[in-house]
Amino acid sequence: MNFWSRLRRFPLWSWIWFIIGGLYFVLPLLATFEFSLSWDPEIPFKAYQRAFEDNDFWETFIYSNILALATIVVSIILIVPTAYWIRLRLPEARRLVEFITLMPFVVPAIILVFGLIRIYSSPFNIPFTDIRLMQPLTNFKAGTNILIVAGYMVLAMPYMYRSVDTGMRTVDIRTLTEAAQSLGANWYTIVTKIILPNIRSALLSGALLTFAIVVGEVTLASFLGVDAFGPYLFLLGQHRAYEPAALSFVSFLLTWLAMGLIQLFTGGQGQAAGAH
Amino acid sequence: MAQTAIQLKSSGTATTNWRVWLGVAPFLLFAFLFLFLPSLRLFTASFTDSDGNFTLSNIIQLFSEPFIVNAYKLSIQISAVTAVGGGILGFLMAYAVTVGGLPRSLRSVLITFSGVASNFAGVPLAFAFVATLGRQGFITHILRDYLGVNIYDAGFNLYSFAGLSLVYMYFQFPLMVLIMAPALDGLKREWREAAENLGATTTQYWLRVALPVLLPSILGAMILLFGNAFGAYATAYALTGGRIGIVTIQIGAQIRGDVLYNPGLGYAMAIGMVVIMAVSLAGYSWLQAKTERWLR
Repeated sequence: MNFWSRLRRFPLWSWIWFIIGGLYFVLPLLATFEFSLSWDPEIPFKAYQRAFEDNDFWETFIYSNILALATIVVSIILIVPTAYWIRLRLPEARRLVEFITLMPFVVPAIILVFGLIRIYSSPFNIPFTDIRLMQPLTNFKAGTNILIVAGYMVLAMPYMYRSVDTGMRTVDIRTLTEAAQSLGANWYTIVTKIILPNIRSALLSGALLTFAIVVGEVTLASFLGVDAFGPYLFLLGQHRAYEPAALSFVSFLLTWLAMGLIQLFTGGQGQAAGAH
Repeated sequence: MAQTAIQLKSSGTATTNWRVWLGVAPFLLFAFLFLFLPSLRLFTASFTDSDGNFTLSNIIQLFSEPFIVNAYKLSIQISAVTAVGGGILGFLMAYAVTVGGLPRSLRSVLITFSGVASNFAGVPLAFAFVATLGRQGFITHILRDYLGVNIYDAGFNLYSFAGLSLVYMYFQFPLMVLIMAPALDGLKREWREAAENLGATTTQYWLRVALPVLLPSILGAMILLFGNAFGAYATAYALTGGRIGIVTIQIGAQIRGDVLYNPGLGYAMAIGMVVIMAVSLAGYSWLQAKTERWLR
């Protein structure tokens, strides 16, 4: 094969597009990393040291992780039985439930939080009376925690539901259920001992995606006044220079970890969420 | 005899049917409380005046108040520019790693990276771009020191329309890669061979066969990208601190304190956004259904 025909076979344009896109990916990360190291030439990781020394960082970061964990657990408790029941007994509800799980795409986070605040900042009365059942949820800490976890569940719902439903399609849950029933298992045993273990990789990928959405989320957290990591990082960026860059780079690594694990467990296509 | 048996059975399913729906009741209740009720409240409030009576004036003001019209215009422009720009770059990258002849190993690298980048948004993304293209940014310095170009003197500003668009592109084109890579895989080798046997050039194959088949999928993906940018709030807020007047920023200001001096108008603005998002999602699913005719 001579030089020219080999050159013609070389996918020049493909390489050009790939390199342009690759630079777009990498340069901002490189720049952030470089900037985070440039505080003090003597101590290269000073920005990281300072950022991790801050108590507020740990408090908000751990708090965000707890919120993520709560969102994941409650989502699984809500969505797994629903998806299971629809596949097994109630196919009529499929269209309705799938429509609902797409709704969060139509209601962005900023609109969701607007609506939540307007609804839950007034007290619950018994209908048509002035008898108060409950304080407004936005007025006490447990109330805002309930609201923010519910909000995160809504944001994560499309991804969680799709993961779980795909997981259930690949294992034959009907046969598994009948086998378990014929051996005398009750519903609780079937769901926890048979269904959940069989869809664990789907659950894990839904959970990691939820984690990537929730840790660092700023819209819901700041409007509901929750001291989470997202608002903390935002405020830190208002009056510091190097620590926010360091933490931004760390949160990129965390996102990468979550997505890498999803790839590892599902071996398939990456997924995209939307907490922009 | 047989008939009574059937009748018994059907009446039996009618009562169980009602009970079977209880299985999805918790989910429906959750969706009602935390998704429908908040949306419904915004919807009814946008048709209510300050005395609680029905009015259309809020909706009419959406189209007449220059402040609001400009916010929508700016949001639509940014979303359209980043959807088309991100769509083209994302398509070309997906092309490069699927049918473009690059090594297969690059494909999984790109897909993983796209998964990360499309989820990497909000505050950290804004900070990353400040470190890259801000006044003291990495690229800004490189361009100044090595090429003698000061982009800020040339009129560039990261905290403007162009800057925000560049930042949005960071999560836009990876999403395009994720959507288009499977679609490009769906192009059948036989089509290309058939075209070549009939004497078509590569250009003719792309213009007459591949692109027409891919077009609904490309357009659908771009519409999805549009919605993706249109609903974004955190990135823009973190980058500009609320100084760029896109719709989500204005709604945020309205939630913090009634900046429009008319709560009803704020609700109407939110509902206007929901309508635009709903239209783009409907457009996406319509085009997606068209795509499935050829690419499965």
